[in-house]
Amino acid sequence: MIEVKNLHKAFEGEEVLKGIDFVFERGKTNLIIGQSGSGKSVLLKCMLGLFVPDQGSIEYDGKPFSEFSEDEKKDLSKQIGMVFQGGALFDSMTVEENVLFPLRMFTKQSRNKLMKRVQEVLKRVNLEGSEKKYPSEISGGMQKRVSIARAIVNRPKYLFCDEPNSGLDPKTATVIDNLIQEITREYDITTIIITHDMNSVLEIGENIAFLKDGVLAWKGNKDMVFKTEDESVTDFIYSSKLFKKVRTAQLKGY
Amino acid sequence: MNYLHSIGEYFLMLKGVFGRMTKRSVLKDLIFKEIDDLIISSIGIVAFLSFFIGGVVAIQTALNLTNPLIPKTLVAYAARQSVILEFAPTFISIIMAGKVGSYITSSIGSMNVTEQIDALEVMGINSLNYLIFPKVIAMLTYPFVIAISMFLGIVGAYTAAVLGGFVGPDAFIEGLQNDFDPFHLTYAFVKTFLFAFILATVPAYHGYYMKGGALEVGQASTTSFVWTSVVIIVTNYIVTQLLLS
Repeated sequence: MIEVKNLHKAFEGEEVLKGIDFVFERGKTNLIIGQSGSGKSVLLKCMLGLFVPDQGSIEYDGKPFSEFSEDEKKDLSKQIGMVFQGGALFDSMTVEENVLFPLRMFTKQSRNKLMKRVQEVLKRVNLEGSEKKYPSEISGGMQKRVSIARAIVNRPKYLFCDEPNSGLDPKTATVIDNLIQEITREYDITTIIITHDMNSVLEIGENIAFLKDGVLAWKGNKDMVFKTEDESVTDFIYSSKLFKKVRTAQLKGY
Repeated sequence: MNYLHSIGEYFLMLKGVFGRMTKRSVLKDLIFKEIDDLIISSIGIVAFLSFFIGGVVAIQTALNLTNPLIPKTLVAYAARQSVILEFAPTFISIIMAGKVGSYITSSIGSMNVTEQIDALEVMGINSLNYLIFPKVIAMLTYPFVIAISMFLGIVGAYTAAVLGGFVGPDAFIEGLQNDFDPFHLTYAFVKTFLFAFILATVPAYHGYYMKGGALEVGQASTTSFVWTSVVIIVTNYIVTQLLLS
């Protein structure tokens, strides 16, 4: 569980986060949604320790990050898995080497044991047979799956995903969403996903934080999304005609 | 102010490069890979350039020695001095700023724009150490490239001077040995080590701190070549002033 309390962050005098309070629950897919510039990425980077908040605190399983010693911070980074928007796979390494990388950096096990774990994770994300391929030789959806495999290979406690299905076709995007949700439950981890994709919100939104202009404007889950009367949320989520129709149908009980 | 900011940022980068170390076994593999990418792959072009430039230096010196009172051995002497003192260490380093420097900037720059550096940081890895330290260590073998360049430059001069009929083989060897000062080799290798460090770190700085996309990676490579060359030339002047004057 990650708890954000009264989080403030400004850049060159401009306040980007204006007192965010939210609990990202363990074993659930926690979504951060909002328009571009609403502060989602800054919030994520604060949680990853890449930005230092100006005010407020971030607690990892009850312990504030500001109270972590250097060794504890190092340990925490080993418990974090991250799926980047573009995958961020290392171009010069094969699929197998990419997944092996965090294990090689942080464990002292024999190569055989490490390879066994790599195979296990690649199998979990349905990537058997692609071990020797380079990122440039596989599709965008496969790259995302490699990225997920690399993020979970060290059995992290926290999984962060920055728009994991951007640039993917709807079917592949749903596969990726479901894979992340399954892994979250299977590993009982705290998963935090930044997304613009309303399909994801309706598919895997177990705990949703909606940011607007640096403020937490709404929180809830995928079922509450249909019922909310909050105009800022409905404006954002039901901006497309398709979703407006879906909502109307839902409200009418179809 | 921008220049001052960049200089400060460069030195802070160096602090990071020698900061928290990457796991030794991983670092060892990276160093060997960098030696292959930066040094071994450059030997061919360095050998080719050195041989022919050595030859051209010998021919031009011979063609300008029209006074019969000046001994022909001077062709070898001039070729040796030009190759050891300037051509091999400085001229080859400028060429390497284009070849190796652009490679370093574009490879780190591409990692930057595709969030691979962020991925390293999130994993708790000191990305500066992981990416740049192996390059600095690999470039410690750069003086071997310069030694090869010196040797082939003189072989080129010998070939051009003797086969061109400008000097006899004995006179060339005699000229090569005339007034040889071993300190000139020390001077050449001292500056080669400094150039090696510059070649590894200045392009890395331009790649690591670049912002933007693919177009900016190309621009960063060009800027990196210009600045690496400028720093090499200025360092060459300072070292020459300190060691030879």
